[in-house]
Amino acid sequence: MNEVINEITILSVVSLGAIGGVAAIILYLVAQKFKVIEDPRIDTVEELLPGANCGGCGLAGCRALAEAIVRAESLEGINCPPGGNAAMQDIAKAMGWEAGEQTPMIAVLRCSGSRESAPPKVRYEGAMTCAFAHSLFSGEAGCPYGCLGCGDCVRACAFDAMYMDHKTGLPVILDDKCVACGACVKACPRDIIEMRKKGKKDRRIFVSCINMEKGGVARKNCKVACIGCGKCVKECKFDAISLENFLAYIDYEKCTLCRKCPPVCPTNAIHELNFPPRKPKVEKEENKVEA
Amino acid sequence: MKTFAIGGVHPPENKFAEKQPIEWLPPSGTVAIPISQHLGVPAKPVVTKGDKVRVGQLIARGEAFISAHIHASVSGTVSKIDSITDTSGYRRQAILIDVDGDDWMESIDRDQTLISDCSLDAPEIVKKVHEMGIVGLGGATFPSHVKLNVPQGKKASYLIINGVECEPCLTADHRIMLERGEEMLVGITIQMRALGVEKAIIGIENNKPDAITHLTELARKYPGITVEPLKVKYPQGAEKQLIKALVDREVPSGKLPIEVGCVVHNVGTSLAVYEAVQKNKPLIERVVTVTGVSVKKPSNFMVRLGTPVSALIEAAGGMPEDTGKVINGGPMMGKALNDLGAPVTKGTSGILLFTQEETPRLPELNCVRCAKCLTVCPMGLEPYLLAVLADKRRLEECEEERIMDCMECGSCLYICPSGRPLLDQIRVGKNLVGKMIRERSS
Repeated sequence: MNEVINEITILSVVSLGAIGGVAAIILYLVAQKFKVIEDPRIDTVEELLPGANCGGCGLAGCRALAEAIVRAESLEGINCPPGGNAAMQDIAKAMGWEAGEQTPMIAVLRCSGSRESAPPKVRYEGAMTCAFAHSLFSGEAGCPYGCLGCGDCVRACAFDAMYMDHKTGLPVILDDKCVACGACVKACPRDIIEMRKKGKKDRRIFVSCINMEKGGVARKNCKVACIGCGKCVKECKFDAISLENFLAYIDYEKCTLCRKCPPVCPTNAIHELNFPPRKPKVEKEENKVEA
Repeated sequence: MKTFAIGGVHPPENKFAEKQPIEWLPPSGTVAIPISQHLGVPAKPVVTKGDKVRVGQLIARGEAFISAHIHASVSGTVSKIDSITDTSGYRRQAILIDVDGDDWMESIDRDQTLISDCSLDAPEIVKKVHEMGIVGLGGATFPSHVKLNVPQGKKASYLIINGVECEPCLTADHRIMLERGEEMLVGITIQMRALGVEKAIIGIENNKPDAITHLTELARKYPGITVEPLKVKYPQGAEKQLIKALVDREVPSGKLPIEVGCVVHNVGTSLAVYEAVQKNKPLIERVVTVTGVSVKKPSNFMVRLGTPVSALIEAAGGMPEDTGKVINGGPMMGKALNDLGAPVTKGTSGILLFTQEETPRLPELNCVRCAKCLTVCPMGLEPYLLAVLADKRRLEECEEERIMDCMECGSCLYICPSGRPLLDQIRVGKNLVGKMIRERSS
């Protein structure tokens, strides 16, 4: 009896071993034939990226960006907004390149038509998505350019950098969390959110309105709309403000943050952020702007 | 009795203005005539500020193939060409005219006697319909001359006249069939001649027995025209459903009815064609139903285009205290207005005043997988799935699931026990998929 068992054991070990050996040889040959040589640098670069897969670079995710970086000759034109300068410096070091200084950007909401300054005339009851509301009507306040307040941008944000202020009906962007990936810019059906230079000490000046209607029409719906009066254009010494279609626009490349334009705006449409309070003479106006 | 094969719902009919004869509403004040009242390219204004215009005068020219001319619906002075909030909910270009008297163009025959003989041939009829700016009055406002022009290589065998009026509350078409039946039938014979068809079928739902008997009686004199009663079911008035119900043909996905040899026109359009061809009268007025549970005087008005909606509500006994929403169109497919100053356009079939109790939506709950939306979808789609795919922006899958076949009848939204905004999300998806398809082909 024992002999039989021994025989079976030996036979199975030998035959399975033989099959295993043949399979190993086949697998080795196949692996040699179809070998994919992957640049080990791709893994190195990917580890240096934030791994949020936000798509802010314009590619499908961090792996795709890593592949693009390794394929590229230099870091020119390549940008990882959430990683910022630090990540790009690390990557440049790993790749043995020079890293150019990147300008940090941030999302800016260019509408301040809150419930108070742009009182709603009708009530919207449809699906709570801006994409649909935009296809239906101009908005509760009647401004066809203004924020619809359904929060598509907040839902699009992967970094928790936005929330909906239910008092004003407008989204709020958190300076310290926004990585400028641009997901909200794409989500907004009205192109209200703009990527702007973060500015020195996070200071920014911008026209918080994109209404291109005639001044009177815009003003009728919203107290803080840009009416295209052109006062800021005259005030600006640096040629940074342009006026087109009854709407002023501040070029962030040219703006020197001199703070001359916000006080002259009759509708307080020009916002200044993160500046120290003004001197007492104009403090009253300053408060209004911030409100 | 015939009806279409799949899907459909039975909303309460609420046809309060059924027995109200069409009332003529005199023009007054200022009318605002939008330059885009039809499907297609907006018309170009040919008048300027300060011009004196007469009723029926051409004020905007539709130059593109799919576009329509627009005529002055009142006489008076053009006060300005400016943007006004119209029924789309947005500010759009319109020609504003200050009404002064009621001075008609001489070319228009205002006599009420019936002219049943028409000596024009097909191209002449199409030309006339084009000149008079006729568009489909059922609501989609597709330019009629395009529909009457059978494309090369295709042949029409049936003219189908849509007298279904499946939308609850609306009674405008019903009153046209009762009061202007004879003229409408002449209009149908003219359309038949333009298309070169022998047979025309008028489809009427059997909740309008008076219209069915009346038209059957009249149609005896007109060879080729028959009246077909249909079982009541929404959305029978949709082109594809009506073709299926009447001649049992199925229009292929993404194709027009001419593909199966059918052309569908609304009863109102047939009347407008009669007036255009026989009386030289452009499309300057239409029948609008103003109704609602608490409306004092539900009515059917013959209104000049451009009249503000508020004037119609005033004429129907004023705005009831408990109004929660004002809808342009029917309760199923219509759209809430955000400005009562919006003008009546070629596509306005009704103005509905919903009470506050009727208006709110059900609270949005989770999908319970009851599949009621699948059962009622007349196009055989899966609304719950399309809504989710559209919400997640999975557009390729939306396209595979035939989102573009959705005609936005709202049956799924009506039936959903969880109050999910199915149609809203599908509409977003349709917009995006449409954009994607256009980009791909360009």
